[in-house]
Amino acid sequence: MIREPLIFEISDEGKRAFFLPELDVPSKKNILNGVPIREKIEGFPQVSEVEIVRHFTRLSQTNYCIDLGFYPLGSCTMKYNPKINEKIASIEGFISSHPFAPQDLVQGNLEVLKTTEEFMAEITGMEAFSLQPSAGAQGESVGMMLIRACLEERGDPRKIVLMPDSAHGTNPSSAHICGYRVQEIKSNEQGTVDVNDFARTMTEDVAALMITNPNTLGVFEADIKKIAEIVHSKGGFVYMDGANMNALLGICRPGDMDVDVIHLNLHKTFSTPHGGGGPGSGPVGVKRELEPYLPVPVIEKGENQYYLNFDRPKTIGRVRSHYGNFLVVLKALAYILSLGPKGLREVSEIAVLNSNYIRKNLVKEYHLEYKAPTLHECVFSDKFQKKHGVGNIDIAKRLIDFGLHPPTMSFPLIVHGALMIEPTETESKRDLDLFVDAMKQISREAKENPEVLKSAPHSTYVRRLDETAAARNPILRWNKEIEE
Amino acid sequence: MSYISLSDRDIKEMLAKIGASSLEELLCSIPDDIRLKRDLKLPKALTEPEMLYHFEETARRNKYAEYLSFLGAGAYRHVVPSIVDYLSSRGEFLSPYTPYQPEVSQGTLQVIFEFQTLICQLTGMDTANASLYDGASGAAEAVLMAYRLQGRRKILVANTLHPQYRMVIKTYTKNLDLTIGEIVYSESGRVDFADLNKKLDKDTAAVVIQSPNFMGVIEDLKKISESVHNHQALFLVVVAEPVSLGILESPGKLGSDIVTGEGQSFGIPLSFGGPYLGFMACAKEFIRQLPGRIVGQTKDVEGNRGFVLTFSTREQHIRRERATSNICTNQAWCALRATIFLEALGKKGLKELAWQNVQKANYAFDEIIRLKGVVPKFDGKIFNEFVLEFERPWPEIDKFLRNKGIIGGLSLEQFYPELINCALFNVTEMFRKEEIDRLTESLKEALK
Repeated sequence: MIREPLIFEISDEGKRAFFLPELDVPSKKNILNGVPIREKIEGFPQVSEVEIVRHFTRLSQTNYCIDLGFYPLGSCTMKYNPKINEKIASIEGFISSHPFAPQDLVQGNLEVLKTTEEFMAEITGMEAFSLQPSAGAQGESVGMMLIRACLEERGDPRKIVLMPDSAHGTNPSSAHICGYRVQEIKSNEQGTVDVNDFARTMTEDVAALMITNPNTLGVFEADIKKIAEIVHSKGGFVYMDGANMNALLGICRPGDMDVDVIHLNLHKTFSTPHGGGGPGSGPVGVKRELEPYLPVPVIEKGENQYYLNFDRPKTIGRVRSHYGNFLVVLKALAYILSLGPKGLREVSEIAVLNSNYIRKNLVKEYHLEYKAPTLHECVFSDKFQKKHGVGNIDIAKRLIDFGLHPPTMSFPLIVHGALMIEPTETESKRDLDLFVDAMKQISREAKENPEVLKSAPHSTYVRRLDETAAARNPILRWNKEIEE
Repeated sequence: MSYISLSDRDIKEMLAKIGASSLEELLCSIPDDIRLKRDLKLPKALTEPEMLYHFEETARRNKYAEYLSFLGAGAYRHVVPSIVDYLSSRGEFLSPYTPYQPEVSQGTLQVIFEFQTLICQLTGMDTANASLYDGASGAAEAVLMAYRLQGRRKILVANTLHPQYRMVIKTYTKNLDLTIGEIVYSESGRVDFADLNKKLDKDTAAVVIQSPNFMGVIEDLKKISESVHNHQALFLVVVAEPVSLGILESPGKLGSDIVTGEGQSFGIPLSFGGPYLGFMACAKEFIRQLPGRIVGQTKDVEGNRGFVLTFSTREQHIRRERATSNICTNQAWCALRATIFLEALGKKGLKELAWQNVQKANYAFDEIIRLKGVVPKFDGKIFNEFVLEFERPWPEIDKFLRNKGIIGGLSLEQFYPELINCALFNVTEMFRKEEIDRLTESLKEALK
């Protein structure tokens, strides 16, 4: 196997990959007199175009990806990314627009944004949307800021944000950024919020409840309306993390569950590619009461044209430059238009079917901590395999040998040794069966030959990596002491 | 359209296996009173040819591309080598998740490691993260980082920091016990030293300076750094036009403690403002407070070099509410594009690119200021942007240029009420001499 070097290691003086046209204006010396200039960028690479193409092509081949196979990361919704959407997002008229372009010259872009907002509002049952947040976590902090701004205007921002112990890690972090103390609610035996317990916990010190529905176990919080009523009766707000919206499209809407704020992840539910860690997009939807606080600008529909409204006295301000990740929003809009109302509902129905098919097939081999019915994902644990000294990480690494991507393991924290599986709707029965068969074989191997799991993966470009050493002796960049 | 891969027979078999009679039965945990009992009110599904037609139509309603535009202000039109599009559109880069499983993500991880290295080399800092959302939120994250490191309650921000970046800093810090003070600019367009020194005190956690600043003027970072460090405050340098780092001395060499900025110039199209690419680099001793993902080098069980996400104890999925930032998904794919861009340009190419920007912008500047009715607003040295002040009302000139097929500069009055009839012009390597001359000629006519 060729071990691909770092680009810096194949760099050599004088090699080049790209040439600019000759300068066509009269060149002036001393133009930067008095300004400190750098002679060279130390260590910067010098390589040929062929070397770069092979470098990145070889590197790409060491990546697993959704185009290659099954990718059941729970709560990440790794569905197929339609290629037509990429083509649409490369249309010159979109990608060449400057964000400060006069508004009358970018009516197409503004229409894309406004239409997407309206579609998101219909899909979620919310009343207004902002597409500015760059990803889910930023959407969460925007949501919390809106709540805080509204409560402040009422006279007291309050102190506490409640969230179930099954929450995604970004939830407590986002609440904290907005100046709130996080208080966890213990899940009941079904893995959901217990209404009676909750009624005792909810006080007038609580600004909001952050809830994920279906929750990270894949279980629907069926009491959501009662819970919302309790929150509202104490003057608080209900924030819904929309990471799991893929279970609900066209079936039910957070707005109808009396949720006040929601964020969506376009790189999950709406099929935009995750890019190995972004760009995402995390639109925030609100009910009327919170609408005045949305980030600026908001897009308005005038008589003949769309325009940007900056004159919003109650706004929380901005959380990033310009109008959000426009091209990501564009791909999500294309996705909605390609599926239509029936297609979107089918997405959720089949996502739920695929997940339940896996659950049913694996329930004998793997421990299911919570037995309640699940929707688009299911969470097993390594409890049975632990008896043989095998943990969820070993199961995950062994799956890689079968040409499959492991499930999510880092949460929910309420399931020890979690294997959180979300197949999504785009997978074929053959791919689901390949996964089921692999998981069954791994369960057998755990009993018969646990060593093969503990030393997995065996078939990859690199074997199991020493993450402890990486943190203890940090090497975070290439470095060459003396440059030629 | 549909992206479902199950046949009717598959669905039947799967339901039978589950023991359910219908798809509906699988949804029984969702109470009836919150069900949507109608179809979503959305247009009916389109096929691929219909979608393409629809979006090409929509894109045609953007008339902007028909104009010769000199807009910059934090978003720049630069050359993009064809290998950037080609390589970055590979499914292996576009369609994976965040590299939580390093054994099957070495491609993404090594690219980020190279990106971190390139950012360190450009900024002259020790350590860089894997990316942030954009320059504006990056600046805000840097302020929060300085606040955590210093435990002081005041941040001083040059008012020549991009107005949107200042807004984001305000939003991010609103709920903290932190005051944000602004430092004004002088006649040169650079930071007013008297104002800086007057406002610096023992409560100052950090000073935030953009260079080249929003007016296009290059700041004297070394001098500022001395003042800042005399007060044991941290020096945060923001780079909104990173091509400048190809020629200007690195902020690290001039005394910066944290450098953050916008990487859009490196192979990322204007895209109506996003996705862009935030970057952040810092001195080694601050790494535990650096927000975002960081990739580190390690070894596998056979001793082969490999890369992993590291220092995750700073992050939300471990540290929860005590994390350095709530950031999770960031801009990995944009960082990939920047990495390919920078490696393609290379040591000589990036320097030449920067040099061409300086030359062309200065050429345009020199030609225009010869005209009557327009003067340079500031006398500081510029990189690829400059502010012009017009005798006649800017809206009239802007309109005249528009009729000539030109979008002139960005009106500054909307951000700086005192800069009446002032506009910010950007000239990059993408402008041919004839195009620059066309701007000068049109301005000449407009000013008659």
